[in-house]
Amino acid sequence: MTTTPQAVRRASPRTRRPATPAAPDPSAGLLPEREPVRLLNPDGTPLPARDDYPEPPVEALREMYRRMVVGRRFDVQATALTKQGRLAVYPSSRGQEACQVGGVLALRDTDWVFPTYRESMALTARGIDPVEVLTLLRGDWHCGYDPAAVHTAPQCTPLATQCVHAAGLAYGESYQGRDTVALAFIGDGATSEGDFHEGVNFAAVFKAPVVYFVQNNKYAISVPLSRQTAAPSLAYKGVGYGVPSEQVDGNDPVAVLAVLQRAVAHARAGKGPYLVEAHTYRMEPHTNADDQTRYRDAEEVEAWRDRDPIARLEAYLRDRGELDDAAVAAIAEEAEAYAAALRDRMNAQPEVDPLSLFDHVYAQPTPQLVEQREQVRAELAAARDEEGDA
Amino acid sequence: MATMTMAKALNAALADAMLDDERVVVFGEDVGQLGGVFRITDGLQARFGDKRCFDTPLAEAGIVGFAVGLAMSGLRPVVEMQFDAFAYPAFEQIASHVAKLRNRTRGALSVPIVIRVPYAGGIGGVEHHCDSSEAYYAHTPGLKVVTPATVEDAYSLLREAIDDPDPVVFMEPKKLYFGSGEAELPARTAPFGKAVVRRAGTDATLVAYGPAVPVALEAAEAAREEGWDLEVVDVRTIVPFDDATVTASVRKTGRCVVIQEAQGFAGVGAEIAARVQERCFHALHAPVLRVSGLDIPYPAPMLEHTHLPSVDRVLDAVARLQWDDQPDERWVAA
Repeated sequence: MTTTPQAVRRASPRTRRPATPAAPDPSAGLLPEREPVRLLNPDGTPLPARDDYPEPPVEALREMYRRMVVGRRFDVQATALTKQGRLAVYPSSRGQEACQVGGVLALRDTDWVFPTYRESMALTARGIDPVEVLTLLRGDWHCGYDPAAVHTAPQCTPLATQCVHAAGLAYGESYQGRDTVALAFIGDGATSEGDFHEGVNFAAVFKAPVVYFVQNNKYAISVPLSRQTAAPSLAYKGVGYGVPSEQVDGNDPVAVLAVLQRAVAHARAGKGPYLVEAHTYRMEPHTNADDQTRYRDAEEVEAWRDRDPIARLEAYLRDRGELDDAAVAAIAEEAEAYAAALRDRMNAQPEVDPLSLFDHVYAQPTPQLVEQREQVRAELAAARDEEGDA
Repeated sequence: MATMTMAKALNAALADAMLDDERVVVFGEDVGQLGGVFRITDGLQARFGDKRCFDTPLAEAGIVGFAVGLAMSGLRPVVEMQFDAFAYPAFEQIASHVAKLRNRTRGALSVPIVIRVPYAGGIGGVEHHCDSSEAYYAHTPGLKVVTPATVEDAYSLLREAIDDPDPVVFMEPKKLYFGSGEAELPARTAPFGKAVVRRAGTDATLVAYGPAVPVALEAAEAAREEGWDLEVVDVRTIVPFDDATVTASVRKTGRCVVIQEAQGFAGVGAEIAARVQERCFHALHAPVLRVSGLDIPYPAPMLEHTHLPSVDRVLDAVARLQWDDQPDERWVAA
């Protein structure tokens, strides 16, 4: 069949279109894998090695195991201290050890962590004095450690607000020529907050080197994930901000560390933020004050015991000959000693000074605060005098 | 001395601060190329580059939270909330983090940021553009709350706010932006924590701040014709509050009217009135009165003049200051 040139021209938009190379998918590289990345089976046997997520060096995995064991012992001790009345409240992260430890092990000391109230284990795993970590929950002050010294923001209780701080800090660091990465911990429930959206969006727009690390432990106190999102999974939220995202089996320590290392490297290379969702499970109630029997079955919790991250890594390292009975016993002993030292120190009644209430409201107290301080000082003096008279 | 608008003085303060301290960064909505909807940041991006002065996504919590992080990294952010009521999404960041970080960390972290808030009415703005939101901030320990009423103060207080080690909510009365005044820059007026007597008088004290200061001054002029010699005190910094200057004035005059544009209930004027009666009770010849906006949501433009404290309303209050030692008939039980 022949056609006039005119006809060809008319037809060309339709007929040639399929031959034009398709525009690249703008979401390519942003969407997570369909299934969470996993490098170990729940029984610790390895899955085929992957080029995109190379297995971390074995020294790092041994160190991860050590910190997870000590971290779990710390968590158990903190719960016990709460039952003894030494802590006002304690939100356990038992079952999330791979995330708690992986989140800090993927970072340099000079990187910043933005933790929530559930990250006590992560902070002790980062090497922060556990008594300083528990200051908030013991109640003798708010933040017990010096955030600037340990590059760790105060544990954040308002949900998701730290996501924006992390974006700002990371941008500010790169603005000043430093290659600091910020890692913001966040839970599944908090991804519903506006500040999560704003934080990830700001980080993306300003190409801030932040890793947003969502521990999806399935519950926000009692509210299940199905009430937080209709997204296929939380990692799918990244694409809407133009942020590459991944989901990982949060109870597979090897995969958690491998995925986070890649995310941190991406951020440090100046490519902007990264979103990682770890699928894990909160084995304990929200806090000691919570009654989980009101919203979940014991069978559900039991089923997750088979996916214990510590047992998984231990089985893998033993199988590879990188861990033996003696090493396991030594680490268990270290964990016991850590807990015993913490118990002893926490049993000492902390000194609190009512007059310190007026410190650090402002760099210099206002005249009104000076007045109020004087009033409290007089009240305290009068109370002491009364005690003396009695 | 030169004649300039408050807007120009604020712009000059930002530029001079950026020139003096390279840690100062200015950001917000439309503050870059446009220079801000009120042009307070006009020319800053062209002069200092788009790293020092930049637009952000339209998200006020994000803007303030981003500033917190930048301050933690060592910078000195100055952020603009486009309008008073648009700052409310940022309130959690302001109340829970900006105001508290120093205290929560025993001074290890500080948040030397300035949150500029164009506020108050009198400009015919539609709803959500005219709120007087100072009480929310003044009620939040850890924040300083500053509001200029003169051109020189606008410059000086903003420079001091940027230099201050603590977070400052810097409230700019919109209706004064384009009023002119005499100023010689770089002006340095009285520091934070100092109220200023704008007009000396002997019969009664009018205490005002921000957009209410010109109203108080006008009322004082008008009162002269009625035989009253009124003193006008400009609060300037709501936090830290200068009890000493206010108290000295009221002890001298024995009578006091507190004027604010915001709705009255539980407002800054209520706090000032309480403080005055606590400290000046034996010097008072009349109850401390307040003239404020009505306790209503900010009205539509065609009705705002009924809402706003007027010279007449101030003079009515002055007239009720029991000049004949008779109790205010409104409060006498039937």
